[in-house]
Parts: sequence; C-alpha cells; structure tokens
Amino acid sequence: MSQATILFLIIAAFTGLSAVAVLVSQNIVRSAVWLLFTLAGTSGVFFLLGADFVAATQLLIYVGGILVLVVFGVMLTAQGPFITMKVGAAEWVIASVVGLLLLGVLVMSMPGPEAFGSSEAAPANAQVSSSTQLGETFLGLPGAMPEANVSGLPKTATAVPRTRVSYLLPFEIVSVHLLVVLIGAAYLARAKRRKGGLP
Amino acid sequence: MTEFLSTRLGLAPGLAALLVALIAAVILITFMLLSAIFFVWLERKVSARIQDRLGPTRVGGKFGWLQTLADGLKLLVKEDIIPTNADHMLFRLGPYVALAGSFLAFVALPFGNGVVAQNMDVAVFYMLAVMSSEVFGVILGGYGSGSKWALFGGMREAAQVVSYEVPRAISVLVPIIVAGTMNLSTIALQQTGAFWNWYVFHDPFTFGAFWTFFTCGTASCKRAPFDLAEAESELVAGFHTEYSGFRWLIFFMAEYGSMFAISGIAVLLFLGGWHLGFLPWELSDKIGILGNVINVLVFIVKGWLLVFVMMWVRWTLPRLRIDQVMMTCLRYLLPISCVLLLGVSIWQLLSWQITVLVYANYVLAAVCVAFVAWFTVKLTKAGGVTPTHMMPGAWPAAPASGAPLVPRT
Repeated sequence: MSQATILFLIIAAFTGLSAVAVLVSQNIVRSAVWLLFTLAGTSGVFFLLGADFVAATQLLIYVGGILVLVVFGVMLTAQGPFITMKVGAAEWVIASVVGLLLLGVLVMSMPGPEAFGSSEAAPANAQVSSSTQLGETFLGLPGAMPEANVSGLPKTATAVPRTRVSYLLPFEIVSVHLLVVLIGAAYLARAKRRKGGLP
Repeated sequence: MTEFLSTRLGLAPGLAALLVALIAAVILITFMLLSAIFFVWLERKVSARIQDRLGPTRVGGKFGWLQTLADGLKLLVKEDIIPTNADHMLFRLGPYVALAGSFLAFVALPFGNGVVAQNMDVAVFYMLAVMSSEVFGVILGGYGSGSKWALFGGMREAAQVVSYEVPRAISVLVPIIVAGTMNLSTIALQQTGAFWNWYVFHDPFTFGAFWTFFTCGTASCKRAPFDLAEAESELVAGFHTEYSGFRWLIFFMAEYGSMFAISGIAVLLFLGGWHLGFLPWELSDKIGILGNVINVLVFIVKGWLLVFVMMWVRWTLPRLRIDQVMMTCLRYLLPISCVLLLGVSIWQLLSWQITVLVYANYVLAAVCVAFVAWFTVKLTKAGGVTPTHMMPGAWPAAPASGAPLVPRT
C-alpha cells in the first residue's frame, strides 16, 4: 500500500467512527463534538486529495457552525448540567429506514472505479482548476461540465452553447432564503422596546 | 530533502516523505514550545516593568531566565484534578483541541524563503481556518468543567470569537487584494526591498487594515483587553477555573503559540515577512543558506516584537466589558474593515489610471518614519516632572492653619 492509501484509511476510519459516535452519544454537546471530528476528518480527506482550498473552507465554515450548535445546545436544552437525550424505539426505526434508503441511493448512483480512470491518464483539462468548472456549471455553460450524473446533461450535449440546466438561479434563491431566515431570526430576537420608555 | 533521503539513503519514497514530515513537525512543535517558554518569561518581565516592579529575578541568574522552567516543573508535579461534576471526556479533550488548532497553523507559516513545512497556495486562509478551531478547545474545556464560571467563560469566548472572525477575515483580504495571492511565501517575496515596499505602507487602506487585523488578532487570541473568557476579576479564572497542572499548561502553550502565529501572519502580510527592510534583494538568493538563517532570525524577531506589543497592550489597557467587546467589533471594527476592503478595491482600480497613486507608499513610509522620529525625540527630550516625593494631585505644601483648603489646580 502506498503512503496515501494508508493515510486515507486512517482518516476514513477516524471519520467513520466519529460519525457513528455522533449517533450513539446521547449528550448533545458530545454529539456536536463528534460531529466536529467527523467534519474535520472530511477536510483531512480533502487535504489528502490536494484540494487545500476546499479543505480550509470546510474547516472554517463547519467549525463556526458547530460552535453555534454547541452554544445553542447548551443554552436551549440544558435544564440541568449535562442533560442526556432519550431516543424512542419508533425514532430509531424511522431513522434507520431513512438512513439505509439514503445509503442505497448513494451506493447505486456512485460511479464505479473505472469512471475515474487510472491516475496516470490525467484528463486533458487538468490545468483548469476545479472551481472554474464548478462556476461554469452553475452558469449553465456546458463546455467544462462533467458528463451526465452530476450536471444532469445528456452525454452528447457538447454542441449546445448554453443549456437550460442552470444552477445559478436556484443557488441564488437559496441564498436569499437564508438571508430571509437571518432577518427573521433577528426580528424575533430583537429587544422589545416599550412605548415612550427607555429601551 | 525527500529526494535526498530516497535516493542517497535508499529509503522508500513514502517512508522518506513520512520522515521529512515528522522532522518538520518536531522542529515546529519545539519552536512553538520554546517560544512559549520565552514568552511566559517575557510577559512576567514586561508586566512587572509596566507595574513598576522587577518581576522574576532569582531563578537562573540576574534576570530570572529560568523562571518559566521552574514554573513548568512545578506544574508537571502538581496534582491533576478532574472535578466529579465534569464531563470527563470533554474535560480531557479540551486542551488538546486547543493545542492542535494552534500547532496546525504553524504548518503553513513560512519562516523564510522556502523555509516552510507545507507551502500552500491558500496558506493564509488555511491558517485562519485552523486557528478558529483553537477556540473550540476553550469552549469544550469551559463546558466540560461542570462549573458555572467555566461555562460563562466558554460561552463568552464563543460569542467573542464568532464576531471577531468576521473583521479579521475582511482585514486579511485587504493586503490579499493588493498581492493577488493567498500564498504567504509569495506575498512576502513581493515585499522584497526597502521597507517602503512593505504592504503596510502600500496605501492608506492597507495601513488601516494592519491595525484592524492586529486588534482582531489580539481578540482572537483572547488577550487583554479582550480576555473576557478568563476575566479573573469576575469569573474566578474563566474557562480554566477547574484546570490544574499539565492540562492548564497546555492551554497556555496554545495561547502563546497562536499569539506568535497571528503575529507571524501580520508580519508576512504587512511588515515585509523575513526581509530586513533595507536590502534591495532577497538575501537567500545572494548568499544561500546563510541568508536563509538570517531570514528566519529576522522573521522570528519581528514576530516577537509584535507579541511584545500584545503584552504591552495587555498590561496597559483595562479589560473591556462583554457588551463593550461586542460593540467594538460590530459597531466599529466591522464597518471600518468593510470600508477598508471597498477602499482598497477602488484604489487598486484607480492606480491603473492615476499613476501618482503608485508612489503613495513613499509618502506613507516617510510620514511614519517622521512620526516615530518625532515621538522618540519628544520622549527623550521631555524631562517629565521632577519627582517631589508626593502623590500626584497632593497638596504642594501644608496649608497654613486656618486657611481654607483649596486643591491645587
């Protein structure tokens, strides 16, 4: 085994075990901590692949996100110190079914190892950075799009200058939606002022 | 070095790479811990001098050089207590998460031309990302202690760091827009030459960004005046109330390590990196390995100077209240850094048309040098007040009996 394989196995085992521990642990803060390790492990995989930017983004965003999760977990749930969550049998069943279905979909849709090609035969557009491809896919420019599975393009769509499958609008709508949620949360959490009185 | 090990010594390439990584890691962690030892001593001396004391004077000679080692020994043999109420796993985990976050930042920190463990294209972004995870250790420790003081400290730290990350990242963007890269080595190499090539003097906006970045960096290292997580006058000792012995020590190694890392980023982005500031060429290109050694020394000294400024600020300014901390960030630093970002973008666009703007760095550098010179002269020439053996504001002389008491104006 090469060095990269060994490192990948270590990181993958760490990530997988942490992911299981997120489910198993009953204390909400502990489970958030395990989630942090899972996401840090994922960013480790990105580092291993040489995608430094994605890895650092993963760290920056999820560490901040989980920070907020922990704060909320402490502030909103803790009646006493170190509260534990009870999970009913029905929830276990539903969650297992949904999880297994998702796993099935992912396994079915995952391309086999031959789809990636061997590592020696680098693709012709290896110089184009991956984020360019992503951006052009968002804009619906099919030139740099990967085939089929991801972009939803038919494999013969090379002649089309610009497809109808553009992800920019949905992406922007989701962003605006997030902004609306933020403003709503700020509105709900605002300090209530009495009429005429001091704030 | 990997090639050397694999070709000359006949090691397998994978093993050689692993060995090189190990050596780099050992060097970095040794540097981090040694500089932490030095900083603790320096902090005690600086605080003592500012408070008109002498500080440690006995252990290891006249200046108390070995005081920190003695402290470390004491902490090693101290009883390591875990409270019964604590969440044991989180309590144990906290210090290591903090140390890991601080140490990982050093991996991408270039100490000289090519003297870097991992030369990343997004080095500064990576460093900010891992340094923000250092805070997690503080919060885990604070929550896991099972003590209300520690919990308060941890939650304050969370609020503070989440807000200060925003202006810190925006101020980092300002020199990055000028440099056009996030690779710290490249940014430092762009500032080769005399000190007016440093990005802090590039234009008024980078000059401002240096101060906002340094302020936010101080806050993100939870240094006073932003050390609300500790706040020993109100929260006993904040997040590390329940820690003792070695785990407590690890928290402080992480803190001093990240102080140097933040200062290192500031030096590389704004203060010319490892360049001396008056040589017109890159030193390591001219005299090889000796130049590299000088570069590393210059970089470390510059980093130490900024750390010294952090200590100076800590022992000079009073601690802010938590609402003042948040107000400083959200009401002042955030708008200021946004304006700086906008300004530098416009400046970069305009300097294509108005070539005069390119020479702004000479003006700024001259103004700064003139200011420092004026200030030094003023400090040395002003005799100050001749000591009178009286408290300030005291009576100049005992009032004559029966005369009304009029305070001196």
